Amino acid sequence: MSEIIQIQGVSKTFGGVVANNNVTLSVNKGDITGLIGPNGSGKTTLFNSIVGYHPIDSGSIQFEGREISRKSVQDIARMGLIRTFQQTRIYGKMNCVKNMLISLPHRKMSLLESFKQNSEQDFEKADRLLEFVGLYEKRYLNAGSLSFGQQKLLEFAMALMNEPTALLLDEPTAGINPTLINGLIDRLKRANSEFGITLFVIEHNMRVIMNLADRIYCLAHGELLAEGRPEEIQNNQKVIDAYLGEH
Amino acid sequence: MSKRFVFYGVLIAFILIAPFILPDFKTQLATLWLMIIVAITWDMTGGQMGYNSLGNIFFYGTGMYVAAIIAIAIAFDVGEYTNAFSDTIYKFTDTQYFLGAALGVLGAGVFCALCALIIGYITFGLRGPYFAIGTLGVAIAGGELVSNWDWVGGGQGISLPVYPYDLEGGKVFFYFLFAGTGVAAFVFAKWLYSTRFGAALNAIRDDEEKAEAMGLHTMRYKLIAWSLSAFFVGIAGGISAFQLIHFEPLETAYQTINLGIFMVVCVLLGGKGTLWGPVVGAIVFHLFKEVTWNYFLGWQWVALGTLIVVTVVYFRDGIMGWLVRVRPEWFGIRVESREREATS
Repeated sequence: MSEIIQIQGVSKTFGGVVANNNVTLSVNKGDITGLIGPNGSGKTTLFNSIVGYHPIDSGSIQFEGREISRKSVQDIARMGLIRTFQQTRIYGKMNCVKNMLISLPHRKMSLLESFKQNSEQDFEKADRLLEFVGLYEKRYLNAGSLSFGQQKLLEFAMALMNEPTALLLDEPTAGINPTLINGLIDRLKRANSEFGITLFVIEHNMRVIMNLADRIYCLAHGELLAEGRPEEIQNNQKVIDAYLGEH
Repeated sequence: MSKRFVFYGVLIAFILIAPFILPDFKTQLATLWLMIIVAITWDMTGGQMGYNSLGNIFFYGTGMYVAAIIAIAIAFDVGEYTNAFSDTIYKFTDTQYFLGAALGVLGAGVFCALCALIIGYITFGLRGPYFAIGTLGVAIAGGELVSNWDWVGGGQGISLPVYPYDLEGGKVFFYFLFAGTGVAAFVFAKWLYSTRFGAALNAIRDDEEKAEAMGLHTMRYKLIAWSLSAFFVGIAGGISAFQLIHFEPLETAYQTINLGIFMVVCVLLGGKGTLWGPVVGAIVFHLFKEVTWNYFLGWQWVALGTLIVVTVVYFRDGIMGWLVRVRPEWFGIRVESREREATS
């Protein structure tokens, strides 16, 4: 299977704090790849580096074989690499449908097309995806009035609306009602299998990531600690130590 | 649907007959239209996109100068025409006047749209209050530059010919120029906000970083929006140049402390980010301003300041924002889902 995201020796420091140190990993096309690690281990920093939020100190990041470590956030997003945020970001003053319509893939739209009104298909697509994440009933509510968990689901639906090639999810289940988590795992898997979107997921919930991912990387103190299939990670002594504070 | 039809019909009829049933207020009404135009266009970036420009007056002043220079250049040499020490009398023929006005006003719009692209490319790197101050700086700098440029008349400004026919007719002529531009700006804004482009502007306003992360061409959209807004302001400035006959750079053209602030106040009063807000705000503000100027002279600035403070402190959403909140159904805002509507 081909690698869609390749990260080679990426380092990032903030002043004296080493957030990522020589991280090398890759995400296979069509897979669900997990990224775990204790708090402060540099997972979100790595995500931010991938999507161009800040320049990296050294190393290389490639998306579909093209170097993206020097590109801007928008350019990377327009290549089809979309991320969601740990603290959800939605357009709070608009209703869910409008949130969805704004998330149409503008990279596939000419300037002239952007001066058109949303078509019936756009509305149908928005409704379908809101149905998919279970927010159909709430679609005329202001997004800002949704609960945190629902906003997470909305942000996920918005990301799907954008038809990305690869989607980086930062803790998709954080703040979501435990009874809904199984449903969400199912939806993430369906997004992967039905829409063919490669997923790269940061997750703290071990049950979720073990069920979800094809392959898992574990970061600790900014360095890659372990990698492997879920069951390998589960039994890796270094990972267990990192989580239990042996470091 | 038919109710709306009647509403717009009555409105258009009123716009058409207003200067004839209120003959003493022709110029007042024209000025009101100017306020409406600058308020609607200010809201395109300020209300819909979240970029509060204090420098839109730059396009008004530039529009005036561009229109005047084009009109003069068609008939005469601009440097000689504006020369303060010359005693030549310049007489425009009717054709020169109307051709100059038409080309000048259109040219002003196009030139200002281009200016907005260039200035926007530099200033859109600034966000929030920095953008407001940055654009204010551009407007002030524009006025100072022009007032020191002798070729366009320096601090003296430019005098344009008077409307060649009956002067009362001239007032009607300028009323309809402004009204036409105002209606065009309104219809244009109404259409623009219904497109994907309009939605993208709202996205930039609500969370620009998110919009960037979703791959929206934010810089492109910001530039185009400001450029469209500058086009109408430039046209309004061009018309003003001919209406006012004489204008000078700091107090008339680049009048940052008057019209430059008034347009912002109009929008805040009427409601930012709403279609009708700027229109309602401009009407209320203009009435308030004229009444205080006429009946409370000496206290007019105090009254105006009070109005601004009361609006900013107690009516942060403006008149239309307040109406949307208390009467959402008037604006077709649905909160319930379709199923529930069907059962209720």
